[in-house]
Amino acid sequence: MTGNITFLGYGLAAIGPGIGIGLIFAAYINGVARQPEARGMLQTIAFTGMAITEALAILGLVFVFVCQ
Amino acid sequence: MSPSMVSVNVLQGAIVAAEGGDEGFQAPGIESFWWPIFGSDTSNWAFTRPSFVLMASVVIIGMFFITVAGKLSIVPTRRQWYAEQVYGFVRNTIARDIIGAKDFRPFVPLLLTLFTMIAFNNIMGIFPFVQFPTMSRIAFPIVLTLIVYIVYHTVALRRKHGVVGYLKSLVPPGLPGWLKPIMFVIELLTYFIIRPLTLALRLFGNMLAGHLMLLVFILGGEYLLLHGSNIGIQVSGILGMGFGIVMTFFELLVQFLQAFIFTLLAALYIGDAVSEEH
Repeated sequence: MTGNITFLGYGLAAIGPGIGIGLIFAAYINGVARQPEARGMLQTIAFTGMAITEALAILGLVFVFVCQ
Repeated sequence: MSPSMVSVNVLQGAIVAAEGGDEGFQAPGIESFWWPIFGSDTSNWAFTRPSFVLMASVVIIGMFFITVAGKLSIVPTRRQWYAEQVYGFVRNTIARDIIGAKDFRPFVPLLLTLFTMIAFNNIMGIFPFVQFPTMSRIAFPIVLTLIVYIVYHTVALRRKHGVVGYLKSLVPPGLPGWLKPIMFVIELLTYFIIRPLTLALRLFGNMLAGHLMLLVFILGGEYLLLHGSNIGIQVSGILGMGFGIVMTFFELLVQFLQAFIFTLLAALYIGDAVSEEH
């Protein structure tokens, strides 16, 4: 069986951002459930946090193709 | 598979299939994203399929908004209602809520253009017979990011009284003295390198990964179905293609979300530049 080990490495590296995004949206859902009127403000914060966390996964994806 | 073979069936909606059954399955890779319509494969210049989609998107979106804006009425027609929904979403949810009610007006055209253009081009990734997300070529997100980059730095330089004021405003007030240099370096990196880099790479990476995933499921399913040695493998090929259809709808969600996030972050960076405090 042949293949490229970098893809496996990226799969492992994506676990961290996956957990991070899960935590962010868990907190967002909690916040909206407690205070539905704060939805708009929380949505911005949640998506900003998601964007920052997701950047790690995106950088990993790029490095997969760069380091091939 | 050579890029020239790709260009032969460029106008068919069918995406590159593995050539010949006896060579085994060839997994789709980066070369599946090179689709020149005319222009040579060897030089760096070619008119490609995403360039064509981008030009078509500019014409279609421009025509749509110009014709709607030409005959506005109190009782909206259906097209006017759609246009107002999109415009209202960008203006209220993105621009006004994030940049702030005082300063958001000059930036609404930029944000509306970014949102409609990215959303249209992304949806072309699953639109029948086009099926290529423009933003999966890195050049397009880089240009869009460059525009946002120039805009938010220009605005910040104007609002914060020149280069010195801008650099001073990077460090939040009320920090202890020994922390200030460290914070300054971190903020400098964030504003000038990390933000544009991640803004471009996020859009590019999501579109590339999503399209690659669809290619893997559809092409892998097709290969298992047509070249499988027994009935079990062929059934799993059908399952793979079915899951590819499910992922197509998931892609629709991701494509809208990425257009939204790109515009949201552009507004956030502009809002940062506009605000008086840090």
